[in-house]
Amino acid sequence: MAAALLEVEHLRIEFPTRRGTLVAVDDVSFQIAEGEVLGVVGESGAGKSLTGNAIIGLLEPPGRIAAGAIRLSGRRIDDLPYEEMRKIRGKQIGAVFQDPLTSLNPLYSVGGQLVETIQTHTDMSPTQARTRAVELLAEVGIPGAERRIDHYPHQFSGGMRQRVVIALAICVNPRLIIADEPTTALDVSIQAQIIALLKRLCRDHGTAIMLITHDMGVIAETADRVAVMYAGRIAEIGPVRSVIKQAKHPYSHGLMGSIPKISDSKDRLEQIEGSMPRLTEIPPGCAFNPRCPQVFARCRVERPDLMDAGVTRAACWLYAHG
Amino acid sequence: MAEMNAPLVKVVGLSRYFDVSAPWLNRVLEGQPRLILRAVDGLDFEINRGETLALVGESGCGKSTVARLVVGLYRPTAGSIVFDGVDMAGLGGRAEMAPIRRRLQMIFQDPFASLNPRWRVSAIVSEPIRAFGLIEDEAAIVERVGQLLRQVGLSPVDGEKYPHEFSGGQRQRISIARALSSQPEFLVSDEPTSALDVSVQAQILNLMKDLQRQLGLTYLFISHNLAVVRHIADRVGVMYLGRLAEVGPAETLFTLPRHPYTRMLLDTIPDLEMTGRQRTPVAGEVPNPINPPTGCAFHPRCPFANDRCRRERPEPKPTETGSAVACHAVEEGRLPAGPLPAAA
Repeated sequence: MAAALLEVEHLRIEFPTRRGTLVAVDDVSFQIAEGEVLGVVGESGAGKSLTGNAIIGLLEPPGRIAAGAIRLSGRRIDDLPYEEMRKIRGKQIGAVFQDPLTSLNPLYSVGGQLVETIQTHTDMSPTQARTRAVELLAEVGIPGAERRIDHYPHQFSGGMRQRVVIALAICVNPRLIIADEPTTALDVSIQAQIIALLKRLCRDHGTAIMLITHDMGVIAETADRVAVMYAGRIAEIGPVRSVIKQAKHPYSHGLMGSIPKISDSKDRLEQIEGSMPRLTEIPPGCAFNPRCPQVFARCRVERPDLMDAGVTRAACWLYAHG
Repeated sequence: MAEMNAPLVKVVGLSRYFDVSAPWLNRVLEGQPRLILRAVDGLDFEINRGETLALVGESGCGKSTVARLVVGLYRPTAGSIVFDGVDMAGLGGRAEMAPIRRRLQMIFQDPFASLNPRWRVSAIVSEPIRAFGLIEDEAAIVERVGQLLRQVGLSPVDGEKYPHEFSGGQRQRISIARALSSQPEFLVSDEPTSALDVSVQAQILNLMKDLQRQLGLTYLFISHNLAVVRHIADRVGVMYLGRLAEVGPAETLFTLPRHPYTRMLLDTIPDLEMTGRQRTPVAGEVPNPINPPTGCAFHPRCPFANDRCRRERPEPKPTETGSAVACHAVEEGRLPAGPLPAAA
């Protein structure tokens, strides 16, 4: 495996509230290699977006990193002052969010926003930056880039806007892109185009992507490895094929079974009873134990860490050896 | 009452246009024309008793407008909706609609917006019972609400709570309980699971299937998710810009799609079974419905379009596979059934 570009170690994100501290992300560790696509899946509230936001330093207060470390190419980035982080964000880490309309400033033309970002991070002249911006728009597949560069965000359709956001994210060749639900707001036919675009960029520029989504189909097509999150922790992590076909953790197994598939129309979908606990009500032991069909005594008292489960690593006592 | 084997719902030439013109003053001063959005334009379909018809399509294709037309939230611009032998467009005021209204109910997409946050769940669920005067006795209403909550997998004590105390999936269960409380025969659901996580979606889809079997319900199911539709529908209609491109039995439509748009949609679905498969990304986007293309609305994105497609609008024609397809290429035999030939 190539050297790790991003290392997240024992990350813990807390929200202090009047009724005590809520732990939204608890002891999460993973790595992303150069040019790798790591998919992060999980239900709403599992902590996947928070993890992404913590990496780019956009955690909304009162949320804060309470423990752990985030390293980019070996350099710690989670404790940098705001201005330092601002230079890394955009230059080394790009971001693509779910809703392209909120990531773009409606008062500036698309070209203006691209030129500003390019000039913030490089020493190009305004003319050079504009030429680069046109190239970028063409690269992300916007027809008539020379003309479209002076248009405003509202003049673009949803799919085209998301392309502009991707152009913004890649404009200074970052080494890592955090893509948080980049296709969720788009129609399926447009979704396919955006996924193809992300894959191509990843291949051509060797950019690593952390792809956060709840859509397993998107992960299956794009990711090399996948991390399944549940109640603020990683339940299972491993190569995408193994996690989809032979998930080891009972939660990831149930999750895969609950996805309706186009290729077969079985009468009933597998379902996991109940729902994910609220942050205030995370049970002791394994957080999944009240819903787990294979629960046993140890699960209710002792919290499992990730352990080897064949090809993947799963946080489940079923795979404890000795 | 009509005979039992007639379709429960029969829609003929259903259209709904919206006037999206600029205000009168702007039209006069700036010489802007009137703009008419044809959200639904001449739709025909039938839904048999006890079956599920699903309508799929991309945003803006008019599928939600159809749902609202069928339950009577919009009045059609043209065409008729015949529910169990009664043309709903011909009915006058509230009083005439009421007996029909009880028999059809709707489940909405957003379980956060469709429940009144100030009402207890018991009040929400019993509202249709009271509105239609189905049960007079207060104790019997409480009994009935408890039974409905149990039926959707909640507990009768949940009736004392407020909607904010429930998760998205549980709220959707409350919406279903409310819809069932008037003992309807026909449920229209507009994207009932698209705001939910997949594991919760599975619970709701299974619940809807169980209820259909137990109560003999008929469903009109609106969704953009083809995999969900595959799971729940008996028949599927694919909509594009206010018209049906293809309608047919679910099995046929998914295994032998005929219309190029249906094939394109099926081709774009990320499939878990084909990890690493290269999809053929589809070029283009849905055109602006205010100014749809001439002829077949799909022709600018269709690899098989010719002059006739650009000129003449295709009407749905039955095919040998039991579906109806609105496509000149299919009708002329230019486009054989089976997998999509590689486009040039």
